[in-house]
Amino acid sequence: MPIAKVNGVEVEFEQGMTVLQVAERAGQEIPRFCYHERLSIAGNCRMCLVEVKPGPPKPQASCALPAAAGQEIFTDTPMVKKAREGVMEFLLINHPLDCPICDQGGECDLQDQAMGYGRDGSRYSENKRAVEEKNMGPTVKTFMTRCIQCTRCVRFITEVAGVPDIGMISRGEGAEITTYLEKNIDSELSGNVNDLCPVGALTHRPWQYHYRPWELKKTETIDVMDALGSNIRADYRGSEVMRVLPRVNEGINEEWLADRSRYAVDGLQTRRLDRPWIRENGKLRAASWDEALNAVAAKLKSASADRIGAIAGDLQDAESMKAVLDLFRALGSNNTDCRQDGAALSGDIRESYLFNSGLQGIENADAILIVGANPRTEAPLLNARIRKAWLNGKAEVAVIGQQADLTYDYAYLGEGSKLVGKPTKAVTDFLSKAERPAIIVGMGALVGETGPAVLNALGALAKKTGVVKDGWNGFNVLHTAASRVAGLDMGFLPQDGGLSVADMLKPGALDVLFLLGADEVNASGSDAFRVYLGSHGDRGAHGADVILPGAAYTEKSGLYVNTEGRVQMAERAVFPKGEAKEDWAIVRALSERVGQTLPYDNLNQLRAKLMADVPSFGRIDYLAPSASFDVASLGVKGDAGDIAFVSTITDPYLTNPIARASETMAELSRERVAPVALAAE
Amino acid sequence: MIGILEDKDRIFTNLYGLHDWGLEGAKKRGAWNATKDMLDLGRDWIIDNVKASGLRGRGGAGFSTGLKWSFMPKEVTDRPHYLVINADESEPATCKDREIMRHDPQLLIEGALIASFAMQAHACYIYLRGEYILERERMEAAVKQAYEAKLIGDNNVHGWDFHVYIHHGAGAYICGEETALLESLEGKKGQPRLKPPFPAGAGLYGCPTTVNNVESIAVVGTILRRGADWFASFGRPNNTGTKLMSLAGHVNTPCVVEEAMSIPLRQLIEDHGGGVRGGWGNLKAIIPGGASCPVITREQAEVALMDFDSMREHRSSLGTAGVTVMDESTDIVRAIARISYFFKHESCGQCTPCREGTGWMWRVLERMAIGDADPSEIDLLLDVAGQVEGHTICALGDAAAWPVQGLIRHFRHEIEDRINTYRNSRANFAGHTIAAE
Repeated sequence: MPIAKVNGVEVEFEQGMTVLQVAERAGQEIPRFCYHERLSIAGNCRMCLVEVKPGPPKPQASCALPAAAGQEIFTDTPMVKKAREGVMEFLLINHPLDCPICDQGGECDLQDQAMGYGRDGSRYSENKRAVEEKNMGPTVKTFMTRCIQCTRCVRFITEVAGVPDIGMISRGEGAEITTYLEKNIDSELSGNVNDLCPVGALTHRPWQYHYRPWELKKTETIDVMDALGSNIRADYRGSEVMRVLPRVNEGINEEWLADRSRYAVDGLQTRRLDRPWIRENGKLRAASWDEALNAVAAKLKSASADRIGAIAGDLQDAESMKAVLDLFRALGSNNTDCRQDGAALSGDIRESYLFNSGLQGIENADAILIVGANPRTEAPLLNARIRKAWLNGKAEVAVIGQQADLTYDYAYLGEGSKLVGKPTKAVTDFLSKAERPAIIVGMGALVGETGPAVLNALGALAKKTGVVKDGWNGFNVLHTAASRVAGLDMGFLPQDGGLSVADMLKPGALDVLFLLGADEVNASGSDAFRVYLGSHGDRGAHGADVILPGAAYTEKSGLYVNTEGRVQMAERAVFPKGEAKEDWAIVRALSERVGQTLPYDNLNQLRAKLMADVPSFGRIDYLAPSASFDVASLGVKGDAGDIAFVSTITDPYLTNPIARASETMAELSRERVAPVALAAE
Repeated sequence: MIGILEDKDRIFTNLYGLHDWGLEGAKKRGAWNATKDMLDLGRDWIIDNVKASGLRGRGGAGFSTGLKWSFMPKEVTDRPHYLVINADESEPATCKDREIMRHDPQLLIEGALIASFAMQAHACYIYLRGEYILERERMEAAVKQAYEAKLIGDNNVHGWDFHVYIHHGAGAYICGEETALLESLEGKKGQPRLKPPFPAGAGLYGCPTTVNNVESIAVVGTILRRGADWFASFGRPNNTGTKLMSLAGHVNTPCVVEEAMSIPLRQLIEDHGGGVRGGWGNLKAIIPGGASCPVITREQAEVALMDFDSMREHRSSLGTAGVTVMDESTDIVRAIARISYFFKHESCGQCTPCREGTGWMWRVLERMAIGDADPSEIDLLLDVAGQVEGHTICALGDAAAWPVQGLIRHFRHEIEDRINTYRNSRANFAGHTIAAE
C-alpha cells in the first residue's frame, strides 16, 4: 500500500482514498460540514482545508483531494489554522447564533467546531442575512437563516432518496436551499435530512421544541415498523420516548431511517391500553389483573382444545410468541398462526422464507425481479439499497405487480400471477442472462388462494434461471411484519391440521380466540370469546371480550428476527404504561391460572427455552450464510391463476397500531398518500 | 507609425468590421487558406507549432495553449473528445472576443477545426455569453456558411468530420469559469467543479475536454499559416505573439486593437487610446486586464509592459488585456466598491469564503467610499480579502480579493483621508456614536 506522511507520521493508505481519509487514518480529526461518507463530495464548505506538499502554496480541501504516495499532509500548521478560522468566521457572520432557542443546540456541528476555530467576538458589523422559511412538509422544520449551504440535504435527497425535491436556488449570498415552489418533500426517507443537517436549519418538525438533547437518556434498540429490523436509538425523558434516531448498521440500515420508523413514536403516547378491561353486557369495564386473567383462564379451561386458537401480531417480540405458543401447545391446541395476511409461507425450510441474499447482499445482484412488492412502501431502506445498486449501474430491475414510482427505472413485465405461472421469455431472460439474479417476493404475491401456487411457480422459475445456485442465493422473501420470521422460525403456525388465520376467524370456528397484538385481522365475524393482549386500543382491542394491556416495542426487551433471518435484541427504554405488563409475563401469569404453568419464571429462562427449542435464536446479530436449497419444492404445485398482485400495504404510514395512533403518521398519510384535492379541481 | 505592430502582421484584419464578415470576405483575407495542408501534417506538427509559437491562453490565466492541448489523452477510447470554446466574455472592461465573433467568425471556426483535429475531437461547443445576441446570430450564420461550403460537417473537404454547436448562456459571469461552463453546458446550474479531475481527464459529460478562449483558438490558423517563428517574433520571450487589447475609461479614443505583446502600457495608451484624458499627468490608476486585476499606479504604468510577466512584477495581472484607465477625477474607492459589488453579485454561492466574503468586502467598501468606517477596518478588509483568496473552489474568490488588495496597497491613504473627512464633518464623533442613534 502507498504511504503518505501526516504531520510527519507515516501512514499507509489504500489507493483512491482522499487526503481527509488518510489524515483520519493517522488519527487527525479534520473538521468538516459538507463532507459525508455516504454522499457525493461537494467540497464547498472549505472547513477541511489542509496543507499538502507537493502542491500549490495554498491550503487544499482535503475531502476532495485524492491522496498520493509520498504526499506530506499537514493538518495543524499556522496556515491551516488561519484558513479554517477564516472559513469559520465566514460561516458565522450570517448565522443567527440563536443557539439557545435552536433545536440543534447541544448536538450541532457548527457549535462544536466553533469551539475549536471560532473567534471570541465578531468582526462583522453589517446586518446579517435573513432567509425566509420554507415549507418542506410535515417532517422537516426549516429555519433557513441558519443554513450554511453545505448541500448535504440536497445530495441525500437526490442521491439516496431519489427524489429531486430539494435544491439550491439563486447564487452568491442569495443562495437558498428550498423545495420547488413550497412543495413537500415526497420521500419516505425525508427525516434523514434533519440528521444530516450540520446546523439547525433543518430539524425534526414533529419534535420541534420538545426536548433539549442533553435531557435525554438513550437506549439502543431495534425498530419494528418494517421487517428490516433497523437499528435505532430510542431517546427518552421520564416515561416518554421523545425521539428515535438511527444507529449505524452497515448490514441493515447503514445510517438512515425511514420516516415511519422515526416519527411514529408519538403514537406510543396515545390510545394506550394501560389497564385490563372486561366486557360485561356488551360494555367494557375496567378490571383488575386478577379478574381479567381469571376470566380468560376460565374460558380457556372450559373450551375444548380444538376450539381455542391464537393469532400473533406483526410487532410481537419472539419471547411473547414463544410463551403463547407453548401455552397453546400445552393446552393441546394446534390452532396457532402468525401470518395475519395469510401469506403462503411455511416454516419447513428456513431459506424458503428469508431474504437470502441479505440486505447488503442485494447490492451484489445484477438483475433484481420484484414480484408483488413495493419495496418503497414496504421497506424504504431496502428500496434505497436497490436504488444504490441501480445508480451504480450494477443492477437492472424488473417488476411484476403494481406499477409504482420506485425512484429508479425498471422494466415493467406485467401485473400478476399469470406471468409467474407461465413465465414469458422476457421474464426468464431477464433472470437467466444475469450472473447473480435475484427475486424479491413480496407478501402481495403470496396472499390469497393462489399464494401457494405462485410460490411454487416462483421456486421453479428461480431454479430454472439460476437465482438459487452454488455460491449465490437470490431468492428473497420481503416480509412486512417485524415478528413474522421469528414466528415462522419457532413454528407459530397451524400444526397437524390446525386452523389458519382465515379459518380461525370464521363464525363458529372457535370458542376462544387469543389475539396476541393481532391488529391487522378483522375478527368481527368471529363469535368466539376474544382476548386481546396488546399495547394500543386499535382494531384488535375493538370488540374484544377481555383486554390485557401489554408493552410496546420500546417498553420491553425482546428478540426480533428481520427479513434476512438476523436475530436482534431490542432493549427496554421506558416502562409499560400504567398497569400494563410485559407481554410474556402476562402469558406466564395466565398459564398458571389455566393449570399449565410455563416452565420459566423470568425472561432469561424463557430465552433459554426458546434457544434450546429453536437454535437459530441463539446467535444474536448474526447473519447465517444462506445455503442453496431445493427452491423448486416450495408451496403447492397448482394453477397460479391470473390475478393482479397488490402490495399488502395500502397506506405506508398506517401499517400498525402504533403508527395509527400517531398524529405525525396521520399527517404524513394525508400529505403523501392522499393529498388534499386542490380547490380548483 | 502608430504602435508597434505593422498592418501586415495583424491576424484580425477585419477587427473593426470594415469589410465583409462572411465566408467570402474571410477567405479573401486568408481564412481557410491551406487548412487541409495543415491538417495533413498531422496533430503532432500542429501541437508542436502551437507550443513553439509561445501562445499563452488569452482568457486571462496565460497558460500555454499547446501544452494544454497535449494534456488530452493520446488515443480516443470509449469516450469522445470535445473542444469547448469559452465565449462567455463577461469580465468588465473586456470586449475583445466580441469583435472576433462579430467581424472575423471564420477565423474562429477554422481554429476550432484545427484545434479539434489536434485533439481528435469531432465536436466543438462554443459557449456564448448570454448578452451576446448579435454575436450569436453572426456565429450561427458563419457556422451555417461553413457547413454549406463543406468546410465543416460530415464528409467535409478537410477529411475530418467536425461539428460546431453554438450554445447561448444565460448571462452568468461564473459560467466563464471553465468547469462551471461545462456544468452549464450540460444543463446544470453553473457552479464550478472540484479539480481534480481536470477537464482533460473528465470534462464535458465526463469525457476528455479542452476549454479554450475564443482568441486562443482564433489565432491558431494564422499562426500555423505564417509559422510559429513569425508569431514568436513579437513580444518578449515567454510573452510572445500579438494580442487583442482594449482600452476603456478615461482615454480619448477607447478602442480594441491588436498589438504586439510587451508593448509598453504607456505607448499603448498614447498611440491607440489618444492618451489619457487631460494628459498623462492626469492619470491616477490603471486596471490592466479586466476588473479582477489589481490596480496599478501611474508610476507603475510608466514602466509596465503589456505582458504576463511584467504585470506580475507589478503585482497585477495582464488578464485579458482589457485596460481600464482612470484619471484623477476618479473616486477610486467608489470604483473598487462597484467592482466588489460585481463579484458579490456574480459569486455562485457554492463555497463559503466567496459566498460570505464577497458580500462582506462590498459592504465595508461601500461604507469606506463615504468614509463611514473605522481606520482599523482597512486592515480588517485586507484580512478578509486574504481569507477569501486561495481558499475557494474556483478563481472567483481570488478575483474578488485582488482588486481590494490592490486598492489598499496603493490607495490606503485615500481611504484614511476619506474616513477622517467624514469624521470631521460630524460634530458628535468622539470615538463612539451617541446613545440616541
